Amino acid sequence: MRWTTLNRFCRAALAITALGATLNAPAWAGKTLDAIRERGKVQCGVSTGVAGFSAPDSKGRWTGLDVDVCRALAAAVLGDGDKVNFVPLNSQQRFTSLQSGQVDLLSRNTSWTLTRDASLGFHFAAVTYYDGQGFLVPKKLKVSSAKQLRNAQVCIQSGTTTEKNLSDFSRSQGVPFKPVVYDSFEAAFKAFFSGRCQAYTTDASGLAIVRNKEAPHPEDYMILPELISKEPLGPLIRRGDDDWFAIVKWTVFALIEAEELGLTQANIDGFRISPSPSIQRFVGTGEDMGKLLGLDKAWSYRAVKTVGNYGEIYERNVGSGSMLKLPRGPNRLWSQGGLMYAPPIR
Amino acid sequence: MLDFLHQPAGFGIGETGLLVYDASQPLWRALAVGLGNTLRVSLPALVFATVLGTLIALARRSVHPGLRTAGNVYIDVVRNVPLLVQLLMWYFLLLDGLPDTTLTLGWVQGVTLSKGGLSFPWLVADHGAWSWSIPTQDGLSVTGGATVTPEYLAVFMALVTYTAAFVAEVVRAGLESVPQSLSESAQTLGARPRQVMLRVVLPQALRTMVPAMTNQYLNLIKNSSLAVAVGYPDLVSVGNTAVNQTGRAVECILVMMSIYLTLSLLTAALMNWFNARHALRGQS
Repeated sequence: MRWTTLNRFCRAALAITALGATLNAPAWAGKTLDAIRERGKVQCGVSTGVAGFSAPDSKGRWTGLDVDVCRALAAAVLGDGDKVNFVPLNSQQRFTSLQSGQVDLLSRNTSWTLTRDASLGFHFAAVTYYDGQGFLVPKKLKVSSAKQLRNAQVCIQSGTTTEKNLSDFSRSQGVPFKPVVYDSFEAAFKAFFSGRCQAYTTDASGLAIVRNKEAPHPEDYMILPELISKEPLGPLIRRGDDDWFAIVKWTVFALIEAEELGLTQANIDGFRISPSPSIQRFVGTGEDMGKLLGLDKAWSYRAVKTVGNYGEIYERNVGSGSMLKLPRGPNRLWSQGGLMYAPPIR
Repeated sequence: MLDFLHQPAGFGIGETGLLVYDASQPLWRALAVGLGNTLRVSLPALVFATVLGTLIALARRSVHPGLRTAGNVYIDVVRNVPLLVQLLMWYFLLLDGLPDTTLTLGWVQGVTLSKGGLSFPWLVADHGAWSWSIPTQDGLSVTGGATVTPEYLAVFMALVTYTAAFVAEVVRAGLESVPQSLSESAQTLGARPRQVMLRVVLPQALRTMVPAMTNQYLNLIKNSSLAVAVGYPDLVSVGNTAVNQTGRAVECILVMMSIYLTLSLLTAALMNWFNARHALRGQS
């Protein structure tokens, strides 16, 4: 009897090891751009539903800031902002999905950190939203600072950078917390609103979403002033294809540059006969910038024509034109005191 | 390949059971805490599910029609609703039922009840000397003593009630597999009902019950991984966090698979040993 069990264990262990060996082999794809052209679609990894960033609207159409980055990319590469397959991924699936080549890029409110950039085989292309982790608390708790949350039970969603930030903050400030970790976004905030936790923590943009859209009485809750981490969110791609890396990076830069140049979705056609060389380069009537990226002359024109410039994308999805009403803060252009800065397109 | 398990985990765990843990300890310690939590909920659940399941099986064989119907309804309802749904139901029921503010229960010193669960005094070993750790309000929650959290209780209740329905059917099938003529002849020889059950029916019923029961026990242990849905830090919950912090998805999942495999095979081996003993006794 003992021998059969041992035998079964050995066989199962062998099977698991074999599985590990096959999965461990890195799957760097070759020319991503060629594959996309052949397929006729960009495979874009998004979240399973984070309002303002990537979520299907009432008609089932994907909308959001992260979604618009993918649409701009499809417009630049394939000439049509709708030639995108959106692949919803939860926070545990997302990296494996990009590594294995299931998606061409991940545009899924993902924070740029050294570990993710250097050890997972990715390149972060650009930052599309500067965020930071904060706390949401009920007003009746009468706390005004995160440092007063001693021994608070904090509801968190697993699979994010949030858990580590909380623990870092706890250790550096000497404020102990008791994390309660849920595997889904919904379970975490539902437990918080039912009173299980004294605080809920995630990125500040997420806190605003939860407070304004999910709270039974939004006015009973407040976001504490401290941001305990830096969370630069942006699209990322697999390593091993520098051409694709450049295309994603410069498409995001083009959206930012368009805002700086004053080009919008509505007025960009009027600029086709502009005397300014930088605008000529941008709308495709001057020097050919697209060729250097392996694209055509009008790549950046189409991106802006499809989704608007960065400022328009921001206001429509998360800013004043949306339910979330997030102030632009650090996401303003560098020339207006923010951090959004695109290297020159020339 | 597994060297990353020695790096500091860097994340906290809400309940650590009997183990001492903080974020500066290596990752394998964090996984050990997760495994501890899995065992802490599944082992007691195994015992209670067996007891409850046997009681329901007896109710279904009872001469009392009310008891029989109650048993049938229980099995039909519980067996046919997905475990995850039941788990979430237990969890949010518990959260709704628990008081918003911390209540001190009068009858024993240091027993408190809040949305964070039931806290009570507990013996702790401090350098070899045993002392009582009393729960006290510190900051925004109660620390010290031991705490039964709503997450633990929800997972425990869901596993016990769900598995009991299956255990009940296994036990009933086992009892019914023993030919009626055997208990009748025992009665004719003058055995009392208790003796008939313990000496004649049960030893033979066990033979059919044990292999099927092994399956139920294995299911219960593996089902405990649903705990992640209600925020109980079991092995899968800690493993998921580890996947995300280290990015070593394949390795972390292999570690989890190996642990569950070992647990399941140990359980199976134990049950096989038990089965072998009972099979022999039945034949003699």
